[in-house]
Amino acid sequence: MIRPSHFTALLLAAFFTSTVFGITMRDKPMRMLRYGTYCFILFVGSAILLSWLMFFIAR
Amino acid sequence: MGSAENKAADAAKKTDQGFVYLPLIAGWLVPGAGHFLLRKWGRGSLLAVSIVALFVLGLAMDGKLYSGAQDILDLLGLAGDLGNGLLYFVGRMLSLGGDPVQFTTADYGTKFIEFSGLLNVIAAIDAHNLRTGRKAS
Repeated sequence: MIRPSHFTALLLAAFFTSTVFGITMRDKPMRMLRYGTYCFILFVGSAILLSWLMFFIAR
Repeated sequence: MGSAENKAADAAKKTDQGFVYLPLIAGWLVPGAGHFLLRKWGRGSLLAVSIVALFVLGLAMDGKLYSGAQDILDLLGLAGDLGNGLLYFVGRMLSLGGDPVQFTTADYGTKFIEFSGLLNVIAAIDAHNLRTGRKAS
């Protein structure tokens, strides 16, 4: 039984999902790597942005 | 121009050989198997590791494996879980997964398992596209 924090769970999900997206959505290794990195940054960045937005809305 | 014609000819040649849907079915049943059949060892390994890791982490977080559908959300969860192919059926046979959801992390785990199923479907379709020549390489 593991109990990761919400942010750790987000990082894990974003990492593995970005890996699959990178491989399946592009056809050259370098482009796969770039697209995977792009997806990872978007996943994590948008989660952080939306978290802060919800933090201020809740106040 | 000639290169484009060659690629089209290669794609047509590929579709003539064997059962076209084999990588799709194999990729759905076993993560990465569709790519392994096409000798894409690196891609297949990365896909298999990513999908199996998400599934195992989901179970380790006490995530739920859907067994039936009482409402529309359960139905969507079940559809996501079924994307895992044999992993799902083995998990069900061994009665893995938590039920009901008692911790926040168990809810994350349930989502991880659904994620892995949906990603496995994407990977299987990618293998099919490689097989038919719709995707270049």
